[in-house]
Amino acid sequence: MQQPTILVVDDEGDFLETLMNRLKKRKIEALGCASGEEALRLVKENLFDVVVLDIKMPGGMDGIQTLREIKKVRPETEVILLTGHASLETSMEGMQAGAYDYLLKPIRLEDLLEKLAQALERKGSPEHRAQSQEIRKLLKKT
Amino acid sequence: MEPGPIGKGPGTGARSVRFGLRISLMEINLYTRLQTKIILLTLLVTFTPLLLLGVIIYRQFANMYTEKIREQISYRAEFQAEALDLFLKERTAILGTIADTHGFQTMLGEENLARKLAVINLRAGAFVDLGVIDHTGEQLAYVGPYELKGRNYYDQAWFGEVMSKGVYISDVYLGFRKVPHFIIAVRRHEGQRSWILRATIDPDIFSRIVQAAHTGRTGDAYLVNEQGVWQTKPRFGGNTLENAPLDISLFGKHTMTFEQEAAGGRKLLLAGAWLKSKNWLLVVSRDVENEMAELFATRNMQIAIIAAGVIAIILTTVFTTRLMIRQLVQSETRMKEMDAQLIQSDKLASLGKMAAGVAHEINNPLAVILQKTGWLQDLLDEEEFQKSANGEEFRASVKKIEEHVERARKVVHNMLGYARRMEPRLEDIDVNQTINQTVDILENYARSNNIDIQTDLAGNLPITAGDQAQLQQVILNLVNNAIDAIGKDGTVSVKSSRDSSQIKVVIADTGPGIPDSMQKKIFDPFFTTKSTGKGTGLGLWISYNIIEKMGGKLSLQSKEGQGAAFTITLPIVPPMQK
Repeated sequence: MQQPTILVVDDEGDFLETLMNRLKKRKIEALGCASGEEALRLVKENLFDVVVLDIKMPGGMDGIQTLREIKKVRPETEVILLTGHASLETSMEGMQAGAYDYLLKPIRLEDLLEKLAQALERKGSPEHRAQSQEIRKLLKKT
Repeated sequence: MEPGPIGKGPGTGARSVRFGLRISLMEINLYTRLQTKIILLTLLVTFTPLLLLGVIIYRQFANMYTEKIREQISYRAEFQAEALDLFLKERTAILGTIADTHGFQTMLGEENLARKLAVINLRAGAFVDLGVIDHTGEQLAYVGPYELKGRNYYDQAWFGEVMSKGVYISDVYLGFRKVPHFIIAVRRHEGQRSWILRATIDPDIFSRIVQAAHTGRTGDAYLVNEQGVWQTKPRFGGNTLENAPLDISLFGKHTMTFEQEAAGGRKLLLAGAWLKSKNWLLVVSRDVENEMAELFATRNMQIAIIAAGVIAIILTTVFTTRLMIRQLVQSETRMKEMDAQLIQSDKLASLGKMAAGVAHEINNPLAVILQKTGWLQDLLDEEEFQKSANGEEFRASVKKIEEHVERARKVVHNMLGYARRMEPRLEDIDVNQTINQTVDILENYARSNNIDIQTDLAGNLPITAGDQAQLQQVILNLVNNAIDAIGKDGTVSVKSSRDSSQIKVVIADTGPGIPDSMQKKIFDPFFTTKSTGKGTGLGLWISYNIIEKMGGKLSLQSKEGQGAAFTITLPIVPPMQK
């Protein structure tokens, strides 16, 4: 069974690095990047099953803009938004723009894994369902 | 419990805000001056035409009345003077006719003379006696009530007049009989001699004719001669042959009227008309003030009515002006309260924005900490650390860090939940969670007043659609009011339950309760029992409207002395998403 392809986008280096480590430790391969522009480039070059995207990224493209661009290029890619409570309204906007769901920071890894499992299940193919099941098994262990 | 402002709670800083909603001394002076100006201006505008109208109407009436009296006495004087002239002419003519148609010798027969007197009294009347006087002035024949036969009138003034002019009407005089009277005498030439036929006119009959000219209770009519001597007795204050208090020279040829002050300060209106057959002036008079008594009574009534009107206008003006100013002050106070509420809302909005910014900045490091602790836990789960002597200690510490991160996250989320915007929106509401968040916010404040907040939340509450922030505001307001109502030492209970299609939240307190008289007004805007500045009286009103907009009801159950319970009833609306 192939591993699901996951991209995590967050400008907070410590957060990104730790999250990547924790996913890797659970045998979930994920690619990480720190900006919307880079994320868009990666999405264009690769086919990701799920993108975990922080909304507030000062400097360049914010999460919502990146989401819209991703959906233009890869409409089938599911996007899970990460947000502080302050940008709850923006999260709603993101949902309207086609995001699968959102999570409020600070997130627990279990919550993220549950959302990833749901997102993969939603994609509907037997392979994605199997990937979803695998993640759920991981959740049960923890 | 009493209505309080929305968004008032401990730790927000809003509790300490006190607005200067009372009208200041300067404003009181301003309103007092405004009130005085309005009253004075209204009274001036009202009274000026009223008084002018009163004076003008009175003057017009007085002038018309005086003019009417003038016309009346003038007409009377003229008319009656003509009647007197006719009287005198008629009697003069009768005497002339007798003298001209009878010889001297015939007239000397007293029997004949008596018959003549009887006939002329029968035809014309008013003759007292008749006498025949020869050219020497001796009365040779006389019929009448006095003993005047043989009297010689040669030295009497009238004798010379009648002898020279032929006809003579005397002034009133006493004569030999010592009784006021006047005579008409005619002369006839017979041969070389002249003789005179003289008659005395009945003064009573003549006076009655004169008096017929007077009208009214105070009217008078009399005759005066050229010297101003009364020829007939006036009705009031005087007698025949006395000097009348008149300036005869003022009366001209034609009938004239004058105003004259009489004894006792009375004002008399006089009209005088000269007789044509004798230089006598017929004076007709009326007492102006007495005659105008009715007008004066009307004037007094008019003054009384105007005075009553003035008092009514003053009272009404003062009352309505004060009422208006009071309304103005109330309106101003309300405006200030609303301004204060707006300022409060602005402050909360600013606070919300700031809190949102701060929360985001806190959430990011919290997210890192949480991931790092997760990573530490992951590492601790590895085999090498399993055997570490301090492994358990590490794990417990990491768990503690996670718990405190969770606590910090909760604080931030609650703060944001409270500070979020006011616009209604449709979202999924977990009513129990909303209650818990609100209770968390107020717990410290309640505890500091030794008040226990107890929750009894039903486990089967469904998620419903609505505005969570606004529902939280309502619950916050009601719980906060409950705490304020208790003051110190007591219990606030918050209970949620579900019946078929509704979610019910009851917030009850052990405070003093709300009297029946206040319960009807409790949801009215601006109704408050709190001191000025503390409560705007908008809290319960806004809460009521929020719940109503959500399709629910907010109601009160309370008895004085037995606490109060506010019940929120919300319809269960299917959730929007997920």
